[in-house]
Amino acid sequence: MKKHDENRIKQILQQALPPVDSACEPARDLWPAVLRRLDESEAPLSATAGSVPRAVPWPRTVPWFDWALLAVLIVFAVSFPATIPVFLYYL
Amino acid sequence: MLRQSEIAQPDSVLNQFRLGDLDAFESLFREHQRSVYGWILRIVRDPAAAEDLTVETFWRIHRAHDRFESARPFEPWVRRIATRAALDWLRARRPESELTDQDVADLPSKSALDPGIAAEIRLKTAQAFTRLPPNLRIAAVLSVIEEQPHKEVAAALGISVGAVKLRVFRAIRLLRKDLESRGITP
Repeated sequence: MKKHDENRIKQILQQALPPVDSACEPARDLWPAVLRRLDESEAPLSATAGSVPRAVPWPRTVPWFDWALLAVLIVFAVSFPATIPVFLYYL
Repeated sequence: MLRQSEIAQPDSVLNQFRLGDLDAFESLFREHQRSVYGWILRIVRDPAAAEDLTVETFWRIHRAHDRFESARPFEPWVRRIATRAALDWLRARRPESELTDQDVADLPSKSALDPGIAAEIRLKTAQAFTRLPPNLRIAAVLSVIEEQPHKEVAAALGISVGAVKLRVFRAIRLLRKDLESRGITP
């Protein structure tokens, strides 16, 4: 790309998106919003602080691999029913 | 914006902030709120988003208070966090093909428009710019549009000056290709 082209693109870009006035400032005081944000992030920690740890809940979803393993076992049991007592013996 | 020489933070305030003191944090917030907002606005060019990102930046600053090294200047550290927050916002946002000329005109600008450049070209260029990858866009907006020194842009992005120049070059080249593909030859 030629230097002239590059400068032309830069010129158009500056016209398309003019520089922001550096004297601008927020339309409102943002400190209350910062405090709210801090409270929101600290609330879950303080809510659990000092309480007894809860038992790990039963997973709502079962991994696909477990379903696949179960399917293989069912197919095997249906195909070779004579092996079921052997499996039960070793369980 | 955020000149290191502008504000000299008393060491005690910075040390108190580092220890997690909320009053010291508020003092720093009051001191830097405006400059952080202005820096973010330059990048995202959306006043409402800049306000939200200023809040997000100070939340990140508070969260990282114990990692702040009080021997180092506060301003560059803050600017880097602000730049990272703005970059995350750009990455999460879809390119704005629906950007209008009014959106561009609504921004508080310090320069007048050149009547020699058609409004349509300006709008198409602004739209093409929003389609650039965020890491190129942020380097170009700070270096080309806001005319910040490469060294300051590099410090804010956490990359070398050479990498900034390369990103600006790639941004301009991609922008030119995009415009040409839409029938606009600059």
